[in-house]
Amino acid sequence: MNNSILDFIPEVPVAEAIENGVDWLTDNLSFIFDALKESGEWLMEGMTDLLLVIPPIVFILLIAILAFFSSGKKIGLTTFTVVGLWYIQNQGLWEPLMSTITLVVIASLVSILIGVPVGIWMSKSDWAEAILKPVLDFMQTMPAFVYLIPAVAFFGIGLVPGVFSSVIFALPPTVRFTNLGIRQVSEEMVEAADAFGSTANQKLFKVELPLAKATIMAGINQTVLLALSMVVIASMIGAPGLGENVLSSLQRAQVGSGFVSGLALVVLAIIMDRILQNFNR
Amino acid sequence: MTKVRVENLVKIFGKKQDQAIKMVNEGKSKEEILKETGATVGVNRASFSVEEGEIFVIMGLSGSGKSTLVRMLNRLIEPTEGHIFIDDEDVSKMNKEQLRKVRREKISMVFQNFGLFPHRTILENTEYGLEVQGVDKETRQKKAEQALDNAGLLPYKDQLPNQLSGGMQQRVGLARALANDPEILLMDEAFSALDPLIRRDMQDELIEMQKKLNKTIIFITHDLNESLRLGDRIAIMKGGEIVQIGTGEEILTHPADDYVERFVEDVDRGKVLTAENIMVRPSFLDIKKNGPRVALQRMTKEDLSSMMVVDSDRKFYGYVTDEDVAKAVKKGQTNFEGILRTDIPTVERTTLVNELFEVIHDSQTPVAVVEDGKLLGIIVRSLVIGALAKDTQEEAEPNE
Repeated sequence: MNNSILDFIPEVPVAEAIENGVDWLTDNLSFIFDALKESGEWLMEGMTDLLLVIPPIVFILLIAILAFFSSGKKIGLTTFTVVGLWYIQNQGLWEPLMSTITLVVIASLVSILIGVPVGIWMSKSDWAEAILKPVLDFMQTMPAFVYLIPAVAFFGIGLVPGVFSSVIFALPPTVRFTNLGIRQVSEEMVEAADAFGSTANQKLFKVELPLAKATIMAGINQTVLLALSMVVIASMIGAPGLGENVLSSLQRAQVGSGFVSGLALVVLAIIMDRILQNFNR
Repeated sequence: MTKVRVENLVKIFGKKQDQAIKMVNEGKSKEEILKETGATVGVNRASFSVEEGEIFVIMGLSGSGKSTLVRMLNRLIEPTEGHIFIDDEDVSKMNKEQLRKVRREKISMVFQNFGLFPHRTILENTEYGLEVQGVDKETRQKKAEQALDNAGLLPYKDQLPNQLSGGMQQRVGLARALANDPEILLMDEAFSALDPLIRRDMQDELIEMQKKLNKTIIFITHDLNESLRLGDRIAIMKGGEIVQIGTGEEILTHPADDYVERFVEDVDRGKVLTAENIMVRPSFLDIKKNGPRVALQRMTKEDLSSMMVVDSDRKFYGYVTDEDVAKAVKKGQTNFEGILRTDIPTVERTTLVNELFEVIHDSQTPVAVVEDGKLLGIIVRSLVIGALAKDTQEEAEPNE
């Protein structure tokens, strides 16, 4: 067994190649990364500060109103929202909560801004679909921790590399579902749009996107939840927020405070998910 | 005037198109081409022309290529080869811009499953064609409302398509197609998804509409009865080829080949054939010139029990029987006075054979086919039965 033919093949330097590639990018494109980091940090810190200006009681009421009307004036989600957010405030996690919301919202927005157009492109071109599908599979199956390494190389530590790795991790569902949604629009709808002489854009905006809306929204919902699940992992590279509290509890083996922060994340996830789903309907 | 002219239109699906097209032009069959190249011939060198104001039906079973053919007319499916002329402009050579103009202004389409956009109201659906042309909101709403009003659908304008029944949805589909006042309507199995009663109503409405609007309509169906009801002319397709083009009458009476014959076999001929199709030229007497003596002589010679009586303009007076004529001759009478009978059923030229059956069943005499008081022909019971039993003469021949 020791003398198997495989032993004669020298180890292929995959790791070195990747490292060289990332080094090259950091060396040569650092001005882009720096600019992104600067502006990103400015934007996100500004947003967190702005959110912190709103008194918690007002914030809780606003979200409760949103939950109330989005759920069709049902009391269940509204109650959960009020109690859940009060709990987070009560546990002294309000500031990390706002940082987490900033991270999730920005990562989701970036994912949507990139994901929907890419999904549209993918739906219009079989060629693009053939190339992008394995790329998306790769992005989703690669352990999320791996994205932290180039993120640190490009952006150092903090919110921006957190958002960067979250976007890579959370982007695929939006792309996939946009592609799927548009491809699922029935042949007859497409033919009807064409038969009346629609331009490609008219067909896309008047027929295909409206009909694919529910599917695309399901993808966006997935993206938001994936971004949220990246919060804890991103805290390992210094992204502030609830994840940071979970991580420090882990490092100090504090079961109680770990649970408190973890529960805060669950509450946030449920509120965001339900409100988004209601908007989808 | 010819509105649409199609020349040697070919559609090949799959790979090895060049080789397949060569084989098509060599006249190879669909099966041979599939076996050799793996390519499927959707439409095989179809040629036809449609006159302005005509309802041209393309009929065939599923897989016969009829839907592919109609989609090539507005290039929802790109033809592999061949030409489509609309008003002598070659649609197959148009660029995107020109094609869009034709689709917007000249050709509208009605779909089998209605093709209504579920997220748009009835009114928004109806104005879609005008909307993509960039017509301003007020004008397009006015036109769309007019189109809906013509179809009696105006009260439903703010509803969504799935709130309407199938028949209503297809009326919307038709109203939408008419809203931008096209010259040509393509109707792809437009009534096939509707239940039979609604379907008949829609066919009647289409015929009524056509009388008023006089569009050029190309109608796809797999239903022979529907084609015979609607079509001024019918093209029958099989395996991507047009095997026969003609009026319903021509196709029923002279099927081009076994395929067409089998196709028309199942048709309820009683619903298709009219008195005109089966009537025979009667032996008649001229009321001014002939008397009982001539009548008796001819009846004996031709072995008839009765004869029709007309004047020189073929104005229909009635009939005489052999018994009455014989008595009149004995009495030395010289005209038909007193023996002319008028108790004879008359029908129109367009009366369906099915309806004739009722009339002739209760009648002792033949039935007279009359138009504007003139005798066109007569129908005897055996003719009706013969028409209903398909091609009696043919089957009687032992060689067949």
